[in-house]
Amino acid sequence: MRLRRTKLYLPGNNPNMLLRGYLFKPDGVILDLEDAVSMSEKDAARILVREVLKQGEFGECEVTVRINGMDTEFWRKDIETVVPCGIDGIRVPKVESPKDMQILDEALSEIEEKAGIPVGKTLIFCLLETALGIWRAYDIATASPRIAGICPGGEDLRADLKTDRSETGEELVGPRRIVVLAAHAAKVDALDTVYADVTDDEGLKRETQWIKQLGYQGKSVIHPNQIPIIHAVFAPTQKEIEQAKKIVAAAREAAKKGLGAVSVDGRMVDKPVVKRAEYTLQRAGLLEGGE
Amino acid sequence: MAVNAAGRNIPNNIPGYGDVLPFRGYTKRLPKGNRVGKKNRATFNTRTDKTLPNLKAAIKASGLQIGMTISFHHHLRNGDYVVNMVLDACYELGIKELVVFPTALFGVHKHLTKHIQKGVIKQIQGSVNGPIGQLASEGGMELPVVLRSHGGRPRAVMSGDVHIDVAFVAAPTADRYGNLTGAHGESACGSLGYAHTDADFAECVVAVTDNLVNYPALDIQIPQTQVDYVVEVDKIGDPSGIVSGTTRVTRDPMRLLIARYAAHLIEASPYFKEGISFQTGAGGISLATAAYVREAMRERNIKGSFGLGGITSFFVDMLEEGLFEQILDVQSFDLAAVESISRNAKHVEISADWYANPWNAGCVVNMLDTVVLGATEVDRKFNANVNTEADGALLHGIGGHQDTASGAKLTIITTPLLRGRIPSVVDSVYTVTTPGEVVDAVVTEFGVAINPNRKDLIEAAKSDPEIPLVSIDDLVEKAEKLTGSMTPVEVEDRIIGVVEYRDGSVIDVVRQLKKK
Repeated sequence: MRLRRTKLYLPGNNPNMLLRGYLFKPDGVILDLEDAVSMSEKDAARILVREVLKQGEFGECEVTVRINGMDTEFWRKDIETVVPCGIDGIRVPKVESPKDMQILDEALSEIEEKAGIPVGKTLIFCLLETALGIWRAYDIATASPRIAGICPGGEDLRADLKTDRSETGEELVGPRRIVVLAAHAAKVDALDTVYADVTDDEGLKRETQWIKQLGYQGKSVIHPNQIPIIHAVFAPTQKEIEQAKKIVAAAREAAKKGLGAVSVDGRMVDKPVVKRAEYTLQRAGLLEGGE
Repeated sequence: MAVNAAGRNIPNNIPGYGDVLPFRGYTKRLPKGNRVGKKNRATFNTRTDKTLPNLKAAIKASGLQIGMTISFHHHLRNGDYVVNMVLDACYELGIKELVVFPTALFGVHKHLTKHIQKGVIKQIQGSVNGPIGQLASEGGMELPVVLRSHGGRPRAVMSGDVHIDVAFVAAPTADRYGNLTGAHGESACGSLGYAHTDADFAECVVAVTDNLVNYPALDIQIPQTQVDYVVEVDKIGDPSGIVSGTTRVTRDPMRLLIARYAAHLIEASPYFKEGISFQTGAGGISLATAAYVREAMRERNIKGSFGLGGITSFFVDMLEEGLFEQILDVQSFDLAAVESISRNAKHVEISADWYANPWNAGCVVNMLDTVVLGATEVDRKFNANVNTEADGALLHGIGGHQDTASGAKLTIITTPLLRGRIPSVVDSVYTVTTPGEVVDAVVTEFGVAINPNRKDLIEAAKSDPEIPLVSIDDLVEKAEKLTGSMTPVEVEDRIIGVVEYRDGSVIDVVRQLKKK
């Protein structure tokens, strides 16, 4: 399981950030061709992002590119330019239809084949930024095997819901619950939207604690200073680590002996529990990332 | 010509400077003979008021003549009125060809340009920050600027390299008998550390104040025994340019990242223990490093011995929290530091001599565990440049860079690998200010390079996986890869700046820029 606690947006027109973003050690970086880039700069940003991808220094980060929406003229050119660079995935804004994801899947396969990249390597992360997108979350998440995560929107979603930002974020409680449910039902990651106030460390911490409790695996990040705060929230407690160690050790013991069932402290443990224990150790940095 | 120990080719004699002693290594040059001194004088109870009606009267009384040397200190920083005021008066009195010997000049001293052009100023021996440096770089001064460190300057005065004829001391508070303090008054600047040697060794000392108080002044820093005349003026400076408000730690993520690496290195070093002493600048990265070190001191319950240098509210907070036993203050940067020095006995004013002079019985930098410094450039040999910018212009003074680096057990230079598109870790620095032999580590956002001579430190750093160890060559190559190679600076042969090492030898020179 790949850690996706933090994914840092890097404006596609800012070489400074594009080259340095990984140094802040987020779990992933998102080179952004969409919102961060004005209409007149789309071509220049695409070329800049391609060159940065070719240099290819991103440390341990999962490298994704946020392309322009499939309702624009840019998306095809975007993927044709960045996918041959061998990125881990693309992030698609304003997804509303499972059909679009199938079209995208085919387009990606074609590009991958031409570029000599294993077909299916490039993952898709869907941003659900409209009421319709949220409503169809499960269908979208299962529309292609490439889809690895879905994320609720923030400001765009509020606008579509004909509401605005409140102090408590009440207006996004429902959509967040739907997305997390759909994500787990579809066996993809539930990844939360950004926390916009980059100076409010306490607010970010509270929101992260809450979405973690809901079942999210992580959050998008717009400022490097937010990364350690989110990682700290997702860091497991000592008690969780001890329990997870026991479970993983028992599972390995059982596998060695060729036993199907795993027992810890005299109680049987299911496979998903073992998986979650492995995930806990991974977050604690005690287990190498899998898959 | 001779190649010095920093690998620089320096002429044996520089017009307007004289014979050159090449730099031979950081402990190599030792003093000979005795210190110099000023003429004896006697003052009786027939003269108990040293005030004169105005600057011109004081200049006349001081005996200042054509071609003499006048000195200033820079505690009023960019708010200073005194330097400009004194040179205006000299101009009006027809006193020309002066050697100006300031501890530093700032943007506000751009005003001196006209005095340079009219021949009132013949030479500047001191830091030239900004416009005057630009003027000198373009060949606008007849004689080369001579740059000395905060410790090298008092050494030069005491050993007789520089004889100060008249020292002008900007005094935020003075009494009529010449007791001075920076701790009080509307133009309060805290410490008067840089002015002490001038007051002690100048042939004549003129205090310029805008707050004349009854005898004796409170919290005296420079005593009546050293001051010959006192002049009251309307304002000695603009308080908003003298001290800043509360100094805040940056939120710039890249600076924080570099600071975090530097702090980890300090923590991993053998010096991070009870009694640690350190100095940081007031710059963004330095201050943020101090913030991380403070956290670590709290967490590991470590109490430091002293904080040194230019002092900010940040060090004052650490003192008050009990994380330091004392603060030794040569320059107070902000309001909190000014306020603290006047009220807290553990916040001690020290002179530049006490702070950093290599030729006395012991300066404070020798007791320093760690110092965090900046630089415009560092190179493969760990040489640091703080004087010139990428375009070759002489824009900054040395400050305490050479002194603290020579004294501290752990000298860390923090810098972003690139500033815009300009690399700051390079093959060979344009100007050597501080030799690589006294620099232990270079910390950038792309990694931490430790001087290969410090095997102990490399081993210590390996124990912390948070320190991204790289070689200095890695950093040079990384920077080159990101920016491509730079076009070399085009210069004339003429030397416009002499960079002295703190022992008075010449470590490098700066040449005039070619006209574009």
